[in-house]
This record gives sequence, structure tokens and C-alpha cells, in this order.
Amino acid sequence: MCLAMPVRISQLLPEEMAVVDMDGVSREVSVALIDAPQEGDYVILHVGYAIGKLDAEEAARTLALMDQLAAGEQA
Amino acid sequence: MKYVDEFRRGDIARGMAAQISRLVDPAREYRLMEFCGGHTHAIARYGLTGLLPDNIRLIHGPGCPVCVLPIGRVDSAIELALRPDVILCSYGDTLRVPASNKMSLYQARAKGADVRMVYSTNDALQIARDNPHKQVVFFAIGFETTTPPTALALIQARQEKLANFSVFCNHVLTPPAMRHLLAAGDAVQLDGFIGPSHVSTVIGSAPYAAVAEEFAKPVVIAGFEPLDVLQAVAMLVEQINQGRTEVETQFSRAVTHEGNQKARERVAQTMTLRDSFEWRGLGQVPHSALAIHPDFAEFDAELRFALPYRHVPDHKACECGAILRGQKQPQDCKVFGIVCTPDNPLGSCMVSSEGACAAHYHYGRFVQGATA
Repeated sequence: MCLAMPVRISQLLPEEMAVVDMDGVSREVSVALIDAPQEGDYVILHVGYAIGKLDAEEAARTLALMDQLAAGEQA
Repeated sequence: MKYVDEFRRGDIARGMAAQISRLVDPAREYRLMEFCGGHTHAIARYGLTGLLPDNIRLIHGPGCPVCVLPIGRVDSAIELALRPDVILCSYGDTLRVPASNKMSLYQARAKGADVRMVYSTNDALQIARDNPHKQVVFFAIGFETTTPPTALALIQARQEKLANFSVFCNHVLTPPAMRHLLAAGDAVQLDGFIGPSHVSTVIGSAPYAAVAEEFAKPVVIAGFEPLDVLQAVAMLVEQINQGRTEVETQFSRAVTHEGNQKARERVAQTMTLRDSFEWRGLGQVPHSALAIHPDFAEFDAELRFALPYRHVPDHKACECGAILRGQKQPQDCKVFGIVCTPDNPLGSCMVSSEGACAAHYHYGRFVQGATA
């Protein structure tokens, strides 16, 4: 129920709607719950609504920390 | 898929697990509760328990909204659905939850009730627009993730003056349930929480500070991918080793301290805190759920249809309650996998794919059989 997935906004539509791309599958969703959605943004999609933006820099930082942990370095 | 596959890499997972084995103090046990069903599902699906050292015990929590919905609430939804003037809309999992008299919403549909599975609250609004001579009720359940879309539907219904639309509101809140678990007299012994990720995208990490402080338990908010869970375990082990009890965010790519303010404002505008709400397994939990705000009373199905709440005890053989409290595991239930299966669930934990019993049925029982 609470599972959501990261998707990329490929096109903004009127009335706070947008087309998102999920591995080549397009779907119309609502972006009414997020501030200033932009084409190219990654958002967390849940029950047809984008509920938050995904921060690409933070994602990269998390992956770097995971690499460090896996390599046994001090994070 | 971007931002998914990178967090599922097996080589990194094995390296992280090895490092966690080096971090743990072999002289103690680390009892960590994953609150969310999404974590339970990831742990079972990716076999994370088998990667971790034996003294890390992962305990399932009550964080699956389908699982914690009490039978009395499903009975009310079925009662509504059986009315000839009503179209009842809900998310898919809810339709399979067993209620009284061996009924579920699916079975109500087989008896002629107009029950529609919707993907989004927008679908429910469209059904109301398309069926002006029917009462369309959205059976709203879920934690803080599904609540903002319900709020927007209420706002939209008012803008459009959709007189035939209403919401049967059963939205529940995460932090009060955590507090309730920790405060219970027969509380399971816990050393920390793997905190909800998508819920926290909406409410932020701030609301867990009180839990961490008051009960001196660390909380690490973690994403739902396997590497996210492993990193959160490592962060919790470090906190426990150092005697810290802080709220930390592993899922920093989507969770901020304050959360999604726009979403929170819509919820505050349309819904209000209930004094108390029954959860399956936890009983009455104070200030743990939302009702429709009096300003939106015209869209409140509980008022429109005068729905009284009746407590209904769980099936005697079903251990969902104890499993949701973290006191028992699915394999401790004598009907697990025999009378109660995903195709024919007796209890709610077997219904949703994020339920502890369904996760163990699909992914865990073969491992258990191999090691038994």
C-alpha cells in the first residue's frame, strides 16, 4: 500500500498533471502535491500522485556511502 | 530503472553485510523493528536476514495499512457497498481483507454490490462524475502517503460541488503507533526502529524526534530497496554501539526534516485528528487516525450514511494481532500456509504483499524449511 516508485517527469500537462516515464511506459499522474515540478525531475509516485521530489545529488551521496561501507571503509 | 537498480546490487549488498558483521558486538543482540510492510517485503524478497549476522534480529512491525485495518471498519465498508444506491471505490488490496461472516468486498461484489477498484482518488472522482444518480464512496485507507491524495479529492469534490461523492476515512498515523508499541505494558523489547520512508517523504523526519527522545530508541528512516535497508541496519548498529538515540535519515534522496509542506497543508485543511482509533493488533490507539474535518462534513461518508463503529474480534486461530505487535512471527501461527494462504487469506497479514505473513509465505518459508 505504501509502496511508491521513482519516476521521471517527461512532460507537464495542464491542471497540475504530468506524463511520467517508467522504463519506457508512460502514464498520466498528478503533480498537484509538489512545488514547481519540472520536466526531467524524478519524483516519488504513489497512487497516481507525485508525493515528493527525488534529490539526485543526495542519491549520488547515498550510493557513495554504500560503496564505502561495502568496501569496509569508515563512512 | 534509474534510482531503483543501483540500490539492488548484490555485490554491494554482500560487502555491506560483511561490514555490518564486523561492526556488531558479538556479546549482544540487536532487536530492530522495521515498522513498514515495505521493509518487511524487501527483507523477505532479497533474503536480507540470511546476509546479516545472527545477533541482528529483525522484528516485523504494524506498518501495513491493510493489515492494521480492524474488521469492524471493513464490515462498515461492506455494509455500504451492499446498498443498492452506492458505488464503493477502494484500492485493490482492501477488497480481499476478510471481514465478518466470511465476507470481503470481493465477495460483496459477487453478491451484486457495485465495488470498484481504483488506482487513484482521481478515478473515484471520475466515477462520481459519470454516475450522478449513485452515491460514490471512496473507502480511504493508508498511512501518511495515501492521505494527501484523499485530501486533494475532498478539495476537488467541493470545488466541483460533487454532491454524490463522499469519503469513508480510515487514514492512520505512524508516530502515534510507534509510541503506543513502545509504551505498551507487554511491549516487545526493541533496540531501534527502521523508520518509514515514503511516509516520511510527506511528514518529514521531525515527528520521530519525540519517539527517539521519550523512549530512548534510535530511528533510522530508510528507503525500501535492499541496500537502503542494509545501510539503515549499519546506521542503527553504530548508534546502538555508541549509545546514541537519534533520528537519522538514510533515505535522504527524498526525505527532508520538514517533509512535503504542500501535502501536509492539504491534509490539515481537510482532516482532523480522531481522539482514538482501533488498530488490528494494537487495540484503541489515542490520536492515531484522521477523520474528515467539520468544514468538509458534507463529504464525510460516516455522517452521510450514519455508520456506527462496531468492534469485531479477530478469528481465534489468527495470530495477526501478535505478529503486528512484533510478539510473534508468521511461522508461529498454526494456520499459516495451511488454512491461511495468499489465495485464501484468513488474516489481514496474508492479504497485502507487504503483510508479514504474505512476505514470509512467498519468500521466507523455503529458507526456513532448508535450515530447520
